[in-house]
Amino acid sequence: MTKVMSTPDQTLNEILNLAATHFKVPREKLTPDDDFFKTLGIDSLQALDLLTRLEHHFHIELPDYELQGVSDFRTLAGRIQARL
Amino acid sequence: MNQFRGQSLSWQLKDGVVELALHREPCNEIGSIALEDLEKFAATLQALEDEAHTVIIYSELKSGFCAGADLRELYERSQQMEKQAAARGVRDFLERIHRVMNAIDASPLTTIAAVHGVTFGGGFELALTCDLIVADKMARFCFPEVRLGLIPGFGGIPRLKRDLGNAVVRDLLLTGRSFNATKAQQIGLVSQVVAEGEALRVARATAGQLGKFDRRTAAAAKKFIKPIPHEELQQEIGLFCELFMQPTVETGLRKFVESTDAQPYLP
Repeated sequence: MTKVMSTPDQTLNEILNLAATHFKVPREKLTPDDDFFKTLGIDSLQALDLLTRLEHHFHIELPDYELQGVSDFRTLAGRIQARL
Repeated sequence: MNQFRGQSLSWQLKDGVVELALHREPCNEIGSIALEDLEKFAATLQALEDEAHTVIIYSELKSGFCAGADLRELYERSQQMEKQAAARGVRDFLERIHRVMNAIDASPLTTIAAVHGVTFGGGFELALTCDLIVADKMARFCFPEVRLGLIPGFGGIPRLKRDLGNAVVRDLLLTGRSFNATKAQQIGLVSQVVAEGEALRVARATAGQLGKFDRRTAAAAKKFIKPIPHEELQQEIGLFCELFMQPTVETGLRKFVESTDAQPYLP
């Protein structure tokens, strides 16, 4: 089976969908440049939870230092895309 | 005493299984209160051996298994006394927590850590004393001490060395990064990864299976395959205390305690 590479837009969209579902925020309220700490109303422990969910979803390993200073979905998607 | 309820944890013996439940908000940080409760548990463990075959350690809190040492208490207490007295206090705390960890590690009972969420620092070290780790898929493991200019101090390094490959140990200790349960299983740390919310149930099912065997077999095997690295554990205490005296540690602790950053748990 050939694995189809996600495009950056697909990756971003999947992150937004996952975040909306898990944190019970309407999907239409999330935009790529949102500060996800503020938009999702999450703290550092919930951010780790999000990181773990993203690792499972994309089947990647994302060291947390790669997320240092990252707070918007678009940059997060870029970090994930670099490991797909 | 077949059951106990303290401020930070409780335990009960039922059908040959001792369940030790951690329940101190926000995430079972190990400070003086938890240490006293853990010492009570360690002192009782031997008496429970006649009736039990397995110990399960888990957290009742949603946030996770245990976030490690209570850094706020450590910082605040060290600020209330002069440097040498603070260092003696830290050494005393470490000697005491090591005795607890060694008692769990060396217990002839089979020990299972059922972990979920944050399993950091001293919490990770507590899990490492157990024979088996059953991890919720959302569990996350980390030794963040390097961020503060420290090393793990509750026996983590010798136990990591005993149980894992050296390259993995270096990765954990030198980067301070966290990793998930799947990775933890890949490197040989975790025996089972289970769905969200299932770790305790699976640990209980495992304990049920273990209860079918003659427990002398497990006790004999443990003596052979799970040596306690006493000398290295003492070296770790010494190294930790040396590092603790460095000014960078006080700065790091203050930064952590006073941080309003949304990401203090992200190394």
